[in-house]
Amino acid sequence: MTATVSPEKEGLDTTQTSSRRGDRIFAAIARLAAFTILAALVAVFVFLAVKGWSGLTAEPATYAPFTSFVSYIYPLVVSTLLAAGIAVIVAVPFAIGIALFISHYAPRRLASVLAYLIDLLAAVPSVVFGLWGGRALAGYLQPFQVWLHEHFGWLPFFGPGPPTPNGRSLFTAGIVLAIMILPIITAITREVFLQTPRLHEEAALALGATRWEMIRYSVFPYARSGVVSGVMLGLGRALGETMAVAMILATTPEMTLNVIGTASPPTIAANIALNFKEATPERQSLLIATGLVLFVVTFMVNFLARWIAGRSQRKLNA
Amino acid sequence: MNSSSLRRTALPAVAVLTLGLSLAACGNNDSGSGSGGDTLSGGGATSQANAQTAWRAAYQKANGGTINYEEVGSGTGVTNFTSKAYSFAGTDAFLTDEQLSAAKDACGSDVVEVPAYISPIAVAFNLPGVTSLNLDSKTIADIFTGKVTTWNDPEITALNSGTKLPSTAITTVHRSDESGTTFNFTDYLNKTSDGAWPDEANTVWPSSAKGGQGQDGTSGVIGVLTDTEGAIGYADDSAVEAAKTLGVASIKVGSDYNAPSAEGAAKVLEASPAAPNQPATSMATAIDRTATAKGDYPLMLASYLVACQTYSDSATADMVKGYLTYVVSPDGQQAGADAAGSAPLTSALSTKATGIVSKIAGS
Repeated sequence: MTATVSPEKEGLDTTQTSSRRGDRIFAAIARLAAFTILAALVAVFVFLAVKGWSGLTAEPATYAPFTSFVSYIYPLVVSTLLAAGIAVIVAVPFAIGIALFISHYAPRRLASVLAYLIDLLAAVPSVVFGLWGGRALAGYLQPFQVWLHEHFGWLPFFGPGPPTPNGRSLFTAGIVLAIMILPIITAITREVFLQTPRLHEEAALALGATRWEMIRYSVFPYARSGVVSGVMLGLGRALGETMAVAMILATTPEMTLNVIGTASPPTIAANIALNFKEATPERQSLLIATGLVLFVVTFMVNFLARWIAGRSQRKLNA
Repeated sequence: MNSSSLRRTALPAVAVLTLGLSLAACGNNDSGSGSGGDTLSGGGATSQANAQTAWRAAYQKANGGTINYEEVGSGTGVTNFTSKAYSFAGTDAFLTDEQLSAAKDACGSDVVEVPAYISPIAVAFNLPGVTSLNLDSKTIADIFTGKVTTWNDPEITALNSGTKLPSTAITTVHRSDESGTTFNFTDYLNKTSDGAWPDEANTVWPSSAKGGQGQDGTSGVIGVLTDTEGAIGYADDSAVEAAKTLGVASIKVGSDYNAPSAEGAAKVLEASPAAPNQPATSMATAIDRTATAKGDYPLMLASYLVACQTYSDSATADMVKGYLTYVVSPDGQQAGADAAGSAPLTSALSTKATGIVSKIAGS
């Protein structure tokens, strides 16, 4: 281990020798990688804007069964946010619990097996989740959704209208999305929990903190920004997930907040997948325009979430 | 430590490499051209997919060469045809005036449109113990618009005096993707339900029909119908029959109630008038939903094959001519029926289509 040798001296030495060229080359490669991915992002945005522009102001018939772009996109945006919201609300506590168990509670052997299995969950294709969610899970969740409707039907999310007859609701789609984003959030939070300096933890325990207090006062503050990043990645996946939603959800064009009703409007991504195949050129630009909206919505949601997380962080520091 | 730092350097490199490769792949996208000696490119309606597979296999076996049919949907199929990426296209709706003039420009000649795939659409339901029901168009419309909500509603029982119907709630199932099946189903309801279905025919399910469940594709609809007691939906008759457990409604035609039948659908197509503003080389038909002859089944879908009358390349012309001649021939139609459960063209339609296709030539 040479890392402990005084870094300044080492640094001075290397600037004199030929390894400086290696430094420059590597820096250039890293920069190239960073800008390439930015370029890809810009290219996607430009494509969506150029191809979708005419979809924003097409003839009313193009927006069937509606008549304008706003009335067409509005129910889709609401559904997208609802589904992603359910997924994050369900997945985040689970993910943090699993990550904590793996990093701080489980015996080492169990922890590594469990971590491996959770990572494996990320490798299941979304079509498979879609099939399972629609044909199997939906049926099991249906009685629970009826129960939700009977007891909390006064909430706009669980009523009015009859509850789903077969469980193919936005709620079921959200649960499946939660399972899909779980491994992403778990993997990242687990890693940052493990990075908590051992000294912090031991100091907390030495001061008489219980294990839970140690986690609360030394692990959580340290891991906060990492957890937020993990949740953002999961949220992004949930907002954009296509196939599983398209296969599970029973759709209706009609706007509704009820997530356990007979049917909900599809999410933006699912709507594109459902309709692109048989679309006329005008409808295709409309669908691309909805993709542009999803792009913008994802950015806004990410930005907002980071801002909220950052604000509470600042409060904590103050 | 070592392995993780290795991963850190390798990851961007791999990412850049993948991006570069995929960009290069994008650049090569345009190479699939339509014309060419032994390969014929076509594509379009997904409804024809199963039949196309059978036709291509049989044709290639007899004549050699390669025929491609990409299931990209009717809209994209026609667009690719007018941009000359495809030598022929399959579409669930005959060409609109705009598509027709674009296709005419692309071909430099009249456009050939022949029916290739006819299929009855079944109204299927899931009620244990009930295998058939009599329904008229108005009742079907009232069910799908959410006016009739239980199976023992007087409107349904009045048509089925001999059958005991439960008080199960009705769940209607429709297509969530754009679909020629939806177009034909809504066209039928709009034209025959005496105003109970106000929306004009469309490939998109209307928002005025409340309370239904949209599902992706024919198999999605069949899946929910099978899983949900009290569900009713519409789908290609062959798919409903393959599901076995579903009941099938007989629809009111004149004073009879007719179950879906291939012959009934083919007869309606033959008797229907030609669509307006179409060239002589087109067999586009405005399907007569109000047909009442004995055995007719007007709730049906007709899918067309579109081609040019003349091609600049005579090899392509010969191949299109040969393939389309086979498809509309009694042999081809029977092969399609065996593979996809479609209704073979009547002999009069088959003869007429063969006549039109035989005039395809190189210029």
